[in-house]
Amino acid sequence: MTLATDMQPLLRQARQRLLQMHYDSNVGHIGGNLSSLDAMVLLHLRVLGPDDVFVLSKGHSAGALYVSLWMAGKLPEAELKTFHKDHTHLVAHPTAGWHPGIRFSTGSLGHGMSLAAGTALGKRMRGEPGRAYCLMSDGEWQEGSTWEALIFVAHQRLANLTLLIDLNGLQGFGSIQAVASMDGLAEKIRAFDVDVHEVDGHDADAIQKALDAPATRTKVVALRTVKGRGVSYMENKMEWHYLPMSEAQYRQAQKELGA
Amino acid sequence: MRNVACQTLVSLSRSKPIVFMTGDLGFMALEPLREAMGERFINAGVSEQNMIAVAAGLAAGGQQTWTYSIASFLFARPFEQIRNDVCLQDRDVKLVANGGGYGYGPMGSSHHAIEDYGALLTLPKMRVFVPAFASDLATIIPRMAEDPHPAYLRLGKDEKPAGFEPPAYAPWRELLSGGHGALVVVGPLIGPLIAALEKIDPTSRPALWALSELPVIDLPAKLLASLVAGPLCVVEEHVAHGGAGAMLALRLALLGKTPARFAHACAHGYPSGTYGSQVFHRKECGLDPESVLKMVLR
Repeated sequence: MTLATDMQPLLRQARQRLLQMHYDSNVGHIGGNLSSLDAMVLLHLRVLGPDDVFVLSKGHSAGALYVSLWMAGKLPEAELKTFHKDHTHLVAHPTAGWHPGIRFSTGSLGHGMSLAAGTALGKRMRGEPGRAYCLMSDGEWQEGSTWEALIFVAHQRLANLTLLIDLNGLQGFGSIQAVASMDGLAEKIRAFDVDVHEVDGHDADAIQKALDAPATRTKVVALRTVKGRGVSYMENKMEWHYLPMSEAQYRQAQKELGA
Repeated sequence: MRNVACQTLVSLSRSKPIVFMTGDLGFMALEPLREAMGERFINAGVSEQNMIAVAAGLAAGGQQTWTYSIASFLFARPFEQIRNDVCLQDRDVKLVANGGGYGYGPMGSSHHAIEDYGALLTLPKMRVFVPAFASDLATIIPRMAEDPHPAYLRLGKDEKPAGFEPPAYAPWRELLSGGHGALVVVGPLIGPLIAALEKIDPTSRPALWALSELPVIDLPAKLLASLVAGPLCVVEEHVAHGGAGAMLALRLALLGKTPARFAHACAHGYPSGTYGSQVFHRKECGLDPESVLKMVLR
């Protein structure tokens, strides 16, 4: 693994905080948060500027988004502690209207790319700077609306749009290969009029390099990731899409992360 | 109505930086809008779900976006996008639906929209406009544009009888006076009923009201007064569930007002299991002038 040395401690800190908030609130969805956390933290710490818009299409990884905003100093610790509690803004899928870093409510798969496309198209029409970034799951490519959106962004040649896909290979009730296989998804997408980069989704340098590459059309960064990344008993295990951690499991996870 | 809507939107696009998106429909109708709007006119292709969510993205960036398709494709296929991306987030997205009710007649049930406004009005912030006449659009479209919230415009065919001049547009309009309760009609279906009621002595017919905005919030005092001794009949090309009849009945109940008699004529789907023109389907559902007069005057 070639994590940029300056990012390693930050990503470890993000993992520890993510697990803590899920343990404190006794909630699941941890696996997909851990697979997409590296890319989301990198985006929020190193990539997104004031004119950029981030759309979390895989809304069930909201925890990673909240931690990324917290790491970037855009979400106070007190707010983060309300995760999943009554009267919170921080529900399991992002809701819009209270934080500038969360422009859209998401949670139903297959919406994010279109929302990001509208954002990018509007920027282009109005001559505004900045890009739209959209982080998607691999499972949501089974939604027809995702392909509608891909046809649209390719046809419109939205060069100010970057799509990131968390290819962790697991979906709600089995592996992608077992449920509705999409082998070679990146290759399938490459057949459209877009730029496709395939990288290790836990290698900050590789992600950064793909994000920095110049593009004259929509850029797709396919992130090869591991669901539950960083916690041995969660890695590549479907059940960690749902389960909360017991006290013993939480202690073990934090130990593995060097806490 | 569609051509008038197109011309009105051409004018609007000159004064406001709106975006217009169509789901690959509008041949021989929307070409003037495409010419006038240039790159702000987008054919999104046959992809209603994407179109609505892209519109929500545009609206989130500050651009009011109008979307267009056949009514059934516009409200039903992308319903989740309308719910999640437009209404729950209160985006300034307008839905322009052609052929409400049985408007597409022999095209078949896939092209009919007899559940559209009932379904849409379950969603927060949604307002529905059902013009009775094409001339109403000159007022309705600017009103929709001024209100930065979701809205649905249900277009039909203008069926105004020759020589009849409607009063200026308002959500509620009394088109004909009467001394026997009130007949409330939603949308262009009112056209043939004007002609039928004009032949009846005003003292023995109901006042004829056009209702063009939903949900029903305020009821005109004159309408309420007419219900003390007379019947209230509601006619709409929409199923009973979620329709204007149900809304009016609820409003009256909440006000503690009970009309002398309440009657409702509405869409019932396909009672005979056969299909035909809009006029055929209306007749099957008791929405033709003869059936409505029987219901009103019994």
